[in-house]
Amino acid sequence: MKAEVFVTLKSGVLDPQGKVIARSLRALGFEEVRDVHQGKYMVIDLEGVAPEEARKRLDEMCQKLLANTVIENYRVRVEGAEEGNS
Amino acid sequence: MPMPDNLEAQGLTEEEYGRIVRILERDPTPTELGMFSGMWSEHCSYKSSRVHLEKLPTQGDRVLQGPGENAGAIDIGDGLAVVFKMESHNHPSFIEPYQGAATGVGGILRDIFTMGARPIAVMDSLRFGRPEAPRMSHLVGGVVAGIGGYGNCIGIPTVGGEVAFHSCYDGNILVNAFALGVVSKDRIFRARASGVDNPVIYVGSSTGRDGIHGATMASAAFGSGGEERRPTVQVGDPFTEKLLLEACLELMRTDYVVAIQDMGAAGLTSSSAEMAARGGVGLEIDIGKVPRREEGMTPYEVMLSESQERMLLVVREGCEEPVFEIFHKWDLQVELLGRVTGDGFLTVLDGEQTVARIPARALTDEAPRYQRPTAAPDADHPGARAVSLSDISEPADLGRVLERLVTSPNLCSRRWVVEQYDYSVRTNTVLPPGGDAALLRLKGTHRGLAMSVDCNARWCFLDPKLGAAHAVAEAARNLSCVGAEPVGLTDCLNFGNPEHPKTMWQFEKAIEGMAEACRALNIPVVSGNVSFYNETAGQDIHPTPMVAMVGVMENVERHAVSHFTSDGDIVLLVGETREELGGSEYLATEHQREQGSPPGLDLERERTVQEIVREGVRRGQVRSAHDLSDGGLGVALAECCITGPSLHGADLDLQDDLRADVALFSESASRVLISGSAEAIGHLESDCASRGIPCRRLGKIGGGRLRIRHAGSLRIDLDVAKLRNAWSGAFAALVGETVGAGEGT
Amino acid sequence: MKFAVVVFPGSNCDHDVYYVLKKVLNQGTIFVWHQSTDLCGADAVILPGGFSYGDYLRSGAVARFSPIMKAVEAFARKGGLVLGICNGLQILLESGLLPGAMLRNRSLKFVCREVGLRVENAETPFTRCLRVGDRLRIPVAHADGNYTADEETLRRLEGEGQIVLRYCDEEGRTVPESNPNGSARNIAGICNAQRNVLGMMPHPERCSEVVLGNDSGRAIFSSMIESLAQAAH
Repeated sequence: MKAEVFVTLKSGVLDPQGKVIARSLRALGFEEVRDVHQGKYMVIDLEGVAPEEARKRLDEMCQKLLANTVIENYRVRVEGAEEGNS
Repeated sequence: MPMPDNLEAQGLTEEEYGRIVRILERDPTPTELGMFSGMWSEHCSYKSSRVHLEKLPTQGDRVLQGPGENAGAIDIGDGLAVVFKMESHNHPSFIEPYQGAATGVGGILRDIFTMGARPIAVMDSLRFGRPEAPRMSHLVGGVVAGIGGYGNCIGIPTVGGEVAFHSCYDGNILVNAFALGVVSKDRIFRARASGVDNPVIYVGSSTGRDGIHGATMASAAFGSGGEERRPTVQVGDPFTEKLLLEACLELMRTDYVVAIQDMGAAGLTSSSAEMAARGGVGLEIDIGKVPRREEGMTPYEVMLSESQERMLLVVREGCEEPVFEIFHKWDLQVELLGRVTGDGFLTVLDGEQTVARIPARALTDEAPRYQRPTAAPDADHPGARAVSLSDISEPADLGRVLERLVTSPNLCSRRWVVEQYDYSVRTNTVLPPGGDAALLRLKGTHRGLAMSVDCNARWCFLDPKLGAAHAVAEAARNLSCVGAEPVGLTDCLNFGNPEHPKTMWQFEKAIEGMAEACRALNIPVVSGNVSFYNETAGQDIHPTPMVAMVGVMENVERHAVSHFTSDGDIVLLVGETREELGGSEYLATEHQREQGSPPGLDLERERTVQEIVREGVRRGQVRSAHDLSDGGLGVALAECCITGPSLHGADLDLQDDLRADVALFSESASRVLISGSAEAIGHLESDCASRGIPCRRLGKIGGGRLRIRHAGSLRIDLDVAKLRNAWSGAFAALVGETVGAGEGT
Repeated sequence: MKFAVVVFPGSNCDHDVYYVLKKVLNQGTIFVWHQSTDLCGADAVILPGGFSYGDYLRSGAVARFSPIMKAVEAFARKGGLVLGICNGLQILLESGLLPGAMLRNRSLKFVCREVGLRVENAETPFTRCLRVGDRLRIPVAHADGNYTADEETLRRLEGEGQIVLRYCDEEGRTVPESNPNGSARNIAGICNAQRNVLGMMPHPERCSEVVLGNDSGRAIFSSMIESLAQAAH
């Protein structure tokens, strides 16, 4: 079973990479770009676990390692389970 | 004989195919054809360059290992050796600058620790096109970040190097990486397999499809669609390399290792064939056991993959277990692939099935060698068009000219670049980048190790023989300026298409010039690399034979810096300034001319000047010594004022018998700018007099302005603080960045 | 005294700090492998700089789960001296031994240069040989040194004297121009409330010898040695 994890900086935390991307996009003529927030996207392959249980486990994974909750939010998507946020 | 229809894609000629069939006495299998293609590529076989490279002097009292191994080695005393080499990663860096440059650093580091040496320094020599050329600021940013990304992570300082811009590199940049390591001189490891039945072991990253036929790519010119070759570029993993480095060095403290080689260009094929051929033995390996990153890889792909961070070892029979234990401690994959055999064949099995069986020497020593045709340049070549002073108008405001030169792309501060490199990790860096040469202390001794990399490609274009001799002389002069005695060099010879007779002529002449300078200065060539096919759409780059030289000093605390240090000191110019504007930076920048002959080079005088400087530094009489090169005396004086931690002005007089712009910007060779106390300078003047070297007191250090007089009138009067600001911010502007808060001085 | 230098896979300043403690300052010094679970009776622990686990995921994020970190945490809770340098500070932040987090440098580029540091608190075991307002020159070399924390944490750090070092200019002013990475309040080094854990981005081990042209980092190690000697009496 595949699960997806998205990790982004919390709103209010300065995102210098996002700022540069936004500036570059505007310089390329995409004037409609107001702001960019960049982050990490991970695909995690799981086995031997039911979707709801997997969601809980992934939540733990994010709390423990995948995200630094001082500065980052995360979002988890598991095939066949409800989406969850930090 | 049925000729395969993909020969051209394999980079092989019909004649070469015929040779393969004669060697094997049958048609090659697809895997075998790929192996020949990789090993007989220009990059691996040196087929166009070998006949010329043999002219370089490679012997010397200190030489422990000359060309032919993973790297060269020089005895530096105290039972220690330095191991060093330089290599190009030009083509991959043009396609994907970050990964191309990063893997260039990774590859050269493996060449060093494969010999048992702990790498302690990296330098990089970079050539870019005009800053405004398409993709150029992207290439500059990517290459610099890639070098830093790899070197910083693995924890080896990037202590020096150079960056230059010229339109001839618009479509073909140069990324040359140099690395140096230290080892006990009786613990140097070599890539020479021996001992029938000894196990052959694979260690490091898994094998993927990346880099397949990188060696062939480096041996082909870019067409206009060169950017589409992206899939062959490898991705670097400096963390794995760090583990591999520590594990290999730990293993080398045991006596288990017989031979070891990194899997570089042509991957498993070159490492296995070269280890077998050097040892005069055979190898039998089962590629079914090679760790893979992707499914469904063919034997061809496994044998030619250039995935990074992999090593091949031969160890003593019966030591497999402790060897595996060390690699497992460092979390590395390790597999037993096969055994050493006595038949001289490289035999490749895929499980039960034999997929290749080739005499190992056929892939290495018996690769084709070509004496390619050469042709001298046409009569109207810019190098043949002498510079007449009457055609060059003397600018009225020489201060403005000096300012423009000092802030020009080739002469402005490289701080934007070097600050992205960790240059102080390992705590050996005595002089930070920016001086004439990098200087490291050697822990456990009083010795210092200096290194410098140089090449003036404009001079090499105008006169390849003289230009290449200058590259050797200048590198040596840079080392002498910090007080080190040159002991050996490595080169990276970047040229255009060897199938162009004019390129081959440049190559032949450059080798002659290097050989002559090496002999006169008594500096052996211990390793090196040739990069041909640096051309885009038929346009060859300027010949760029990069020279990286290493020097030693007995007492590292007795060194000189390249910038002024003390107000009141006297400034002395050692050497003679002549009317030699040919090929100068001044002529190119101010008068838009690239023509004439480079300055003359009297190697006997060069040696004497360097000896005088070194002796002065050793006696503690030289507070600063700065080599005169691009931009001549004027630029050197400005640099002495503005490149140190504290700013200094100076009051100086030029000689009157030359036109002021000539006295300031001629690039005559064998000159060094020295500062010291009046007494010390007196000693140096008598040294010069007794050894027949002209020298001249220019004036005194002090104040906040650089003032230069000529024939009684003040020709330059610049505020050094303003000059430094302009100089230090110019590079960021070149790559389209403005200097933000906190990134300023 | 016995110093333990922890070696994580990817540590690359471990030998540098070992050399200064052992060869320059003549202290008993050992390497402790990250897989180890005890500190072999060390009196102080150094988490050195480098790229533990390649800095993959986030700097320090994986190293904090190394077996040795349990021992380091217990040692710190009992009041033992722990110094984290560069990647060592990042590991201390990830493990919660110090508050806050690291972001990518504001310039988005790796930065290696000598910076000015102003001593803000001289009453810690790491700065006792210095005085408030002293100016040090110490090199930084990092890509993730942009320290951040929420306002409340920053106020607490400020109020409790936990900001030990700040980036400053040649006159000792902690102005934005002297900040190499964009860190909040020019923070270069912080300690915990008990003062026994210090994390700093600059590398004092790179400037502890005259031959390298600068020995102003030595004061940090000398302070530790003095503190330990005093505690031993």
